[in-house]
Amino acid sequence: MSNEHNEGVRDLIIVGSGPAGYTAAVYAARAGLAPLVVAGAFTAGGALMNTTEVENFPGFPEGILGPDLMAGMQQQAERFGAEIEWDDATELDLTGDVKVVTTSEGAVHRARAVILATGSAYRELGLPDEKRLSGRGVSWCATCDGFFFKDQHIAVVGGGDSAVEEATFLTRFGSKVTMIHRRDELRASKIMADRALSDPKITFAWNSEVVGITGDEKVASLTLRDTVTGEERELDATALFVAIGHEPRTELLRDQVTLDAEGYIVVEGRSTRTNLPGVFACGDAVDHTYRQAITAAGSGCSAALDAQHYLAALGDVPAALVVEA
Amino acid sequence: MAAVTVTDATWAEVVVGSEVPVLVDFWAPWCAPCRQVAPIIEELAVQFAGRVTVAKLNTDENQQVTAAYGIVSIPTINIYSGGELVRSIVGGRPRQALAKELEDVLAG
Repeated sequence: MSNEHNEGVRDLIIVGSGPAGYTAAVYAARAGLAPLVVAGAFTAGGALMNTTEVENFPGFPEGILGPDLMAGMQQQAERFGAEIEWDDATELDLTGDVKVVTTSEGAVHRARAVILATGSAYRELGLPDEKRLSGRGVSWCATCDGFFFKDQHIAVVGGGDSAVEEATFLTRFGSKVTMIHRRDELRASKIMADRALSDPKITFAWNSEVVGITGDEKVASLTLRDTVTGEERELDATALFVAIGHEPRTELLRDQVTLDAEGYIVVEGRSTRTNLPGVFACGDAVDHTYRQAITAAGSGCSAALDAQHYLAALGDVPAALVVEA
Repeated sequence: MAAVTVTDATWAEVVVGSEVPVLVDFWAPWCAPCRQVAPIIEELAVQFAGRVTVAKLNTDENQQVTAAYGIVSIPTINIYSGGELVRSIVGGRPRQALAKELEDVLAG
């Protein structure tokens, strides 16, 4: 429990600790920048902490568990001298030459450069009963909550890789799993989609959207609307796992860093430079398109290199270290 | 003061019969977000030593209490006062936010 304290101005602070943040930390630490990673109080490790097997991260032919992959990235960053703070950034002042990052415990950190790797948060359906029944049958984390719905009818809404992964995982617990998707085919990659389509425990509610969640103390049933005919019907599922994508976590940056209409951080061309000198952005908070662990990691590397060149131009980093990168 | 372990068998004694409010962290070994909340729970145990009992319940091993309180999402952090459930927080929260909930309960 640190009290509010002041410290000197460091070279680099990285806000966020998913694949983008930790990769930036590995590169920046190896370049001798001794970055501080503000990793998050309970979201450290990012979205992969809630996944099971990651099968498409190169270098792991047998797959690797999301939390294990993130623990490895963290250790790799620490090995080269990254410092990690297990707290949330609650206030950012990025406009001056010295950037200020304040955490929920009141620690105030200053640096000449900041890398924003704040990632994304799950998207909500936006239904009135969704919040009320959250933790009462509505969930965003199959690996956390699937166990509690043993032998029940579980619904998963969404059609992408995450939705298919959750549905496949949930067949371990549920008596059956229904995937609810707005369209008549999955958006997921072929290997994932084929797995779900051939799974005898998964049935599909195509062209359907969830328009109502019923239940007093917990979810009792769902109301689905056919996206083609408009017809409504009840689904007797007692759990609803929501996997309809993510929103960039950029609320804290508003009014300082230029965001696009959907809230993603705008960067200059193929670089990671934001509109503010010394402020760089990477990972899912920037990426509309790819949103993969490996693309996030790649952009984290770019951000570290961009930050390093920026600091070198300020004359703060020995030239030899820059050449090495 | 470390967080105490509470079970189905000790629930009545540790939680229902407690003189002070009790915070219970419902967790399971396979839940990654629970592992991230764990150090925050330990900090609260130190911060509120003597004023609040801070306890952890493994939902895998203690399914009676888990079912009785309708826990279907973890981590869930419940606060009990006089044996009654007074706050239920689903999902992780920063230490400050949980500390505020406890202060509110203590203030009555």
